[in-house]
Amino acid sequence: MERKISFQQSINEALSQEMERDSRIVLMGEDVAGGCGGDGKMDAWGGVLGVTKGLWDKFGDRVIDTPISESAFIGAAFGASLSGLRPVVELMFVDFMGVCFDQIFNQGAKFRYMFGGRAVTPVVIRTMIGAGLRAAAQHSQCLYPMFTHIPGLKCVVPSTPYDAKGLLIQAIRDDDPVVFFEHKLLYPILGDVPEEPYTIPFGEAVCVREGDDVTIVAIARMVHVALQAAARLAEDGVDCEIIDPRTISPLDEDTILESVEKTGRLVLVDEASPRCNMATDIAAMVAQKGFEFLRAPVRMVTPPHTPVPFSDVLEDLYIPDAAKVIAAVNELVSSAKWKASASTR
Amino acid sequence: MESLRIHALTMPKWGLSMTKGQISSWLVDEGSEVGPGIEIVDIETEKVTSGLEPGQAGILRRKTAAAGAEIPVGGLIGIVADPSVTDTEIESFVAEFCSRSIAIPESEQSAGPVPQQVDIGGLRLRYLAQGAGGPPAILLHGFGGDLNNWLFNHGELAGNRVVYALDIPGHGGSSRLSGIRDLSGFADAVAAFMDALNISSAHLGGHSMGGAIALQLALTHPDRVRSLALIASAGLGTEIDGEYIEGFISSSRRKELKPFLDRLFANSSLVSKQLIDDVLKFKRIDGSGAYLQLIADCFWPSGRQACVLRDRLSTLRMPVLAVWGSEDRIIPATHAQGLPEHVEAHIIPESGHMVQMEAAGKLNRILQRFWSRAEN
Repeated sequence: MERKISFQQSINEALSQEMERDSRIVLMGEDVAGGCGGDGKMDAWGGVLGVTKGLWDKFGDRVIDTPISESAFIGAAFGASLSGLRPVVELMFVDFMGVCFDQIFNQGAKFRYMFGGRAVTPVVIRTMIGAGLRAAAQHSQCLYPMFTHIPGLKCVVPSTPYDAKGLLIQAIRDDDPVVFFEHKLLYPILGDVPEEPYTIPFGEAVCVREGDDVTIVAIARMVHVALQAAARLAEDGVDCEIIDPRTISPLDEDTILESVEKTGRLVLVDEASPRCNMATDIAAMVAQKGFEFLRAPVRMVTPPHTPVPFSDVLEDLYIPDAAKVIAAVNELVSSAKWKASASTR
Repeated sequence: MESLRIHALTMPKWGLSMTKGQISSWLVDEGSEVGPGIEIVDIETEKVTSGLEPGQAGILRRKTAAAGAEIPVGGLIGIVADPSVTDTEIESFVAEFCSRSIAIPESEQSAGPVPQQVDIGGLRLRYLAQGAGGPPAILLHGFGGDLNNWLFNHGELAGNRVVYALDIPGHGGSSRLSGIRDLSGFADAVAAFMDALNISSAHLGGHSMGGAIALQLALTHPDRVRSLALIASAGLGTEIDGEYIEGFISSSRRKELKPFLDRLFANSSLVSKQLIDDVLKFKRIDGSGAYLQLIADCFWPSGRQACVLRDRLSTLRMPVLAVWGSEDRIIPATHAQGLPEHVEAHIIPESGHMVQMEAAGKLNRILQRFWSRAEN
């Protein structure tokens, strides 16, 4: 049975149902139980934004508060996975990941490969991404492209409560390390989510809006920005198709290429910094595998190449919004130049 | 106030989630003679495209919505009227209609019936009730479906009676049976549903596997079944598309599943993205695949129907109807032939297994006539 719950509740429910199903699953992270040094009984925090609230009550010692030492507890999670546990570890903000790159990039991601498939590391790292919470340069980044770069890591960027639950359960059941990126502005959004556990396979994009004029590939919160833009563009008779890759490693190239084949135009909306992000990666993929489909240049809508500003005004300017997406789409669909080349196709 | 001489053709509400529809294409020109049974415009919804028939005969005098236009449910699409009606009368009717519909707040427009659930001995059953009065009718969908399979039928059939569309156990919002040995577990659940809602007897309509369940109930509880409508029903012969059953169960991704869903329709372009997504959502729930496999192993082992009740049709005393789409690729339409004499049989041309969607208007009229005859 479906009912409406929030993105945040859907993550909590996925964790709870999986921990119920499999006693090897443990939860680790800063303040995921009662706060470091406490006995957990208060269950006051449930992580910095309360996503794991209530799980300590249900699962007790399997919800483990860690010290503020990311390299130690991420390393511990990979070690625990080698010994047969299936840790889900919360690393508050992706911005802090730098202190434990060795554990993730050079240890966890490499074990299965270097031990000839005889070692598996079923670890899920949950982490928050994204600007918009007035949290300044060190708590607002979208660093998922860095993880996508590493072979051996799977990267998940859900945009809806339904996808968040199904993809998190899939991540927990996967035998490889998965980094699960949660955009903090998505936590309160509501959506239809089945009560029962379910999975969504990795590497399957979803078409969230069908259209014929232009393909917009958008990631995480940017899917909602693209939907706003598409609703306004529709009033002017421009019909956008929106593709949400859902997982960026593996990436569903076919669905993107099929859509571009239909529309002939591509706009990429990515909240990550503009160099070496998912927009550039997907643009390069389409240029290599679908150049003949394009009737106009590819456009990218991204933030500028600066740290996320602390000033409210500047932060709002920094984040891609519907107006920027509309401008990019309009440039492709209404420019006489591209129209001319389209008519000669 | 709608005058009897002027009939407003409006955007129908096909299914719970539909708030608007798009005019896909007009099938007739202004000035054509139209009426019930003639599809005059194709309408595209999120789920599927279907033809709309006018509720009243006359001349299509106006197309008020062009191809490509998106119209809210209840919005005006066209005008069907008698030739004696003047153009001026039509203009003023359109003007009045439009001024009225602007006044309706959006919240009221989208309000519709909501599925409910009932607990019967630990089994949760979800159902949707529409209409009022009696005698009631109950619709049972097929394998892998849910109550939304009746989206083009439910509202129409509920014009003069209460019609329940039920999610059969383990489908939609209904919980699973703990074990599956034969059809009686499903039939008993339907009987218990009727008990819970104080329905002493009802017209029973079943599609595919739902037909076999309805037939089983008619055999074991004949007093509860006022009439029996078997639509592309299982249980009337051994043939079934085993590849479809296997593919439906094993496909986990959109691209794998689509070719199998295509087999459900004569015109596979009717299979929309939304329809595929809905099926995937159901199949991805933990245990769905195993449950579907359990059903398939019990009823259709090695690509044949194991449970054939055809011989027992002649023992039934209530009116029985069999309807098939001629292009059914799942269960052949030949199963509608050679049935006992008291069974009314129809084969609808150019329709596939999902005949209730593909030929909704025709099937609705057949069912309404059948039910009212069964009551006299």
